[in-house]
Amino acid sequence: MRRLRDMTATATSARSDLSELGRSETALRTFLHGLPGVDQVGAEQRAAQLGTRSIKTTAKAQAIDLAIRMVDLTTLEGADTPGKVRALAAKALRPDPSDPSCPHVGAVCVYPAMVPYVAEVLRGSKVHLASVATAFPSGQAPLDIKLADTRAAVAAGADEIDMVINRGAFLAGRYAEVYEEIVATKEACGDAHLKVILETGELATYDNVRRASWLAMLAGGDFIKTSTGKVPVAATLPVTLVMLEAVRDFRAATGRQVGVKPAGGIKNTKDAIKYLVMVNETVGADWLDPDWFRFGASSLLNDLLMQRTKLTTGTYSGPDYFTLD
Amino acid sequence: MSERVAVRKTYKLFIGGKFPRSESGRSYLVQDTNVSLASRKDARDAVVAARAAVKGWAGATAYNRGQILYRVAEMLEGRREQFVALGVPTGEVDAAIDRWVWYAGWADKLAQVYGGANPVAGPYFNLSAPEPTGVVAVVAPESPSLLGLVSVIAPAIVTGNTVVVAASPSAPLAAVTLAEVLATSDLPGGVVNILTGRIGETAPTLASHMDVNAIDLTGVTDAELAADLEVKAAENLKRVLRPAPADHDWTADPGITRMTTLLETKTVWHPKGV
Repeated sequence: MRRLRDMTATATSARSDLSELGRSETALRTFLHGLPGVDQVGAEQRAAQLGTRSIKTTAKAQAIDLAIRMVDLTTLEGADTPGKVRALAAKALRPDPSDPSCPHVGAVCVYPAMVPYVAEVLRGSKVHLASVATAFPSGQAPLDIKLADTRAAVAAGADEIDMVINRGAFLAGRYAEVYEEIVATKEACGDAHLKVILETGELATYDNVRRASWLAMLAGGDFIKTSTGKVPVAATLPVTLVMLEAVRDFRAATGRQVGVKPAGGIKNTKDAIKYLVMVNETVGADWLDPDWFRFGASSLLNDLLMQRTKLTTGTYSGPDYFTLD
Repeated sequence: MSERVAVRKTYKLFIGGKFPRSESGRSYLVQDTNVSLASRKDARDAVVAARAAVKGWAGATAYNRGQILYRVAEMLEGRREQFVALGVPTGEVDAAIDRWVWYAGWADKLAQVYGGANPVAGPYFNLSAPEPTGVVAVVAPESPSLLGLVSVIAPAIVTGNTVVVAASPSAPLAAVTLAEVLATSDLPGGVVNILTGRIGETAPTLASHMDVNAIDLTGVTDAELAADLEVKAAENLKRVLRPAPADHDWTADPGITRMTTLLETKTVWHPKGV
C-alpha cells in the first residue's frame, strides 16, 4: 500500500488537488491507470483467509444485530406492487414482530415508482429510503433521462439514490464521461446520499474495480456499491476487499470517508459475518456502522432473524415463521 | 513386488446426497471402524438439505417416486453380500429388500386407499387427498440394523416426505452402506439424510427444530428421553410416531400406519352445479 500512497502523493503534488482530475480525460486516465495493480491471487487468498474466522456466542449476537442494522432491504422486481413494498417497509421497521429488542434495518431499496408507497410507511422513522435510478440496471439511457429519473426519485421521498455507472463508457475508456455522469447525478440528488453501483460482475478485472472505485469517489459518490444483483456475478469477498482498500486509501489521501455496499448473492448469516470480519480487518471499526457499510439483500434478513431466534431461544427456527418477501 | 495395501473405508454422514465428515471432526469406533459422530450442527445442516429437497420430491409424480424406490430395491439386491459381510443375517437382508419393494408399491396406491370422495349434504363434490407433511426426523431402531432402518425410512419417503435419520448408534455401518445404495439409485440428494452418532445429541435438536414437520421416535428406548422429545415436538405441533415396544416384531406385516401418520389431508369442495 505504500506504493499507492506514493502514487497518490505524486498525483496530488502534480495536480495540487485530486478534485482537479475530473477536468480532463487525460488527467483522469493517467491517474486511474497509475493506480497500482491488484494482486489477484493475493486478494482472493486474503478474502478466503478472512472468511475462516469463527465468530460465536456474544460476538455472533452482536454481529447479527449489526448486520440487521446494515441491511438495505431490497425488492427490485418488475412484479413489485404497492402492497408488496408496503409490507416490505413494515418489515424494515420491525423485522421480528415477536421481539421488540430486534433492531430495524438500514434502509428499504425499491424502484422510483414504488418510492411514494414506502415513504408513507417509513415517515418519522430512522429507516432510510433508497431508490435505484439512472436507468437501473443497465444504465444505457441518455443522460437527461437518467437525471430526470434521479430527480423524480428524490422528489418522491428517497433520501438515498443508488445509481449505476455507465459501464459501456467505462470499459471503452471514456472515464471523463462516466465522471461527468456521476457528478451530474450527485447534483440532481441534492441532499440525498449517492451510492454508485460499479456492477463489478461486468468490469472483468480487479484492476478495473479499483479504478471504478476511485473514479466514483473522485466524482463525489457517498457510497460505492458492488452490483445491481441483475447479472450472474454479484458481490464477492475479493471484490469487496478491493473496494474497501480503495475507500481506506481515498480517506488517507483526501480525508473524506466513503461507504461500501456489497449487494447481491449474500444470502445467509455466515456470509454476512465474513463481510463484517473483512471490514474490521481491512478498514477498521470506523466502517462498522450502517452509515458506512450496508448489505444490499432480500433473503439475507430472514436468515439473520432465524439465527437471532436460535441464539435467543436455543432452538432452530424455520422459514415458515418469517414473512416471504 | 511390495504387498498391496487395502483401501480402508471411512464411514461418513449422508447429507444432501453427499458424504461429509461431521463438521465437529469427531468420530467413534464401531466394529473396529471409525464412524462419524454427528453434532447438533450436522443435524441442522441435514434439516436444511431435507427442506431443500421437499419441493422436488413431493412434487414428483407418485408413479415416479415408486419407480425410484423400486430402483433402490434393485441396488439393495446387488449389494446383498456387502450387508452380509457387515454381519446382517441373510434372512434379514431378504426381508429388508422385500419390505422396500412392498412400500415402493404403495407410492401410487395410497391416495386411493387413504383418500377419496366424501359424502356431503350439498351440491358439491367433496374430495380428500393425502399430501406429504414435509421434513420428517426419524430415530431408527437399534436393531434389526437393516430391516428396522428400511422399515422406518421407506414409509416416510414413499409418500413424498424427506427424512433426517438418526441411525442406530451401535450398528451404523448398515445405515451408511444403505446411504451408498440410495446415493446410486436416482433418489434426489437430500430426500434421505443419515446421521450417525449419539441419539441423545441429535434427536433433541431435531425434535425442537421448528422446520421439522414430524418426528418418528421408533428407536428411542429411554422413556425419559422419549417424553422430553415429545414435549419438544409439541412446540410446533409435529406429528409424532411413538417409540416401538421392545418386543416389536419387525418381520410382521407393518400395515399402513407408518405412512398415514406422516401425511396431511387436503380436502377440496367443488361445486357440482344443479
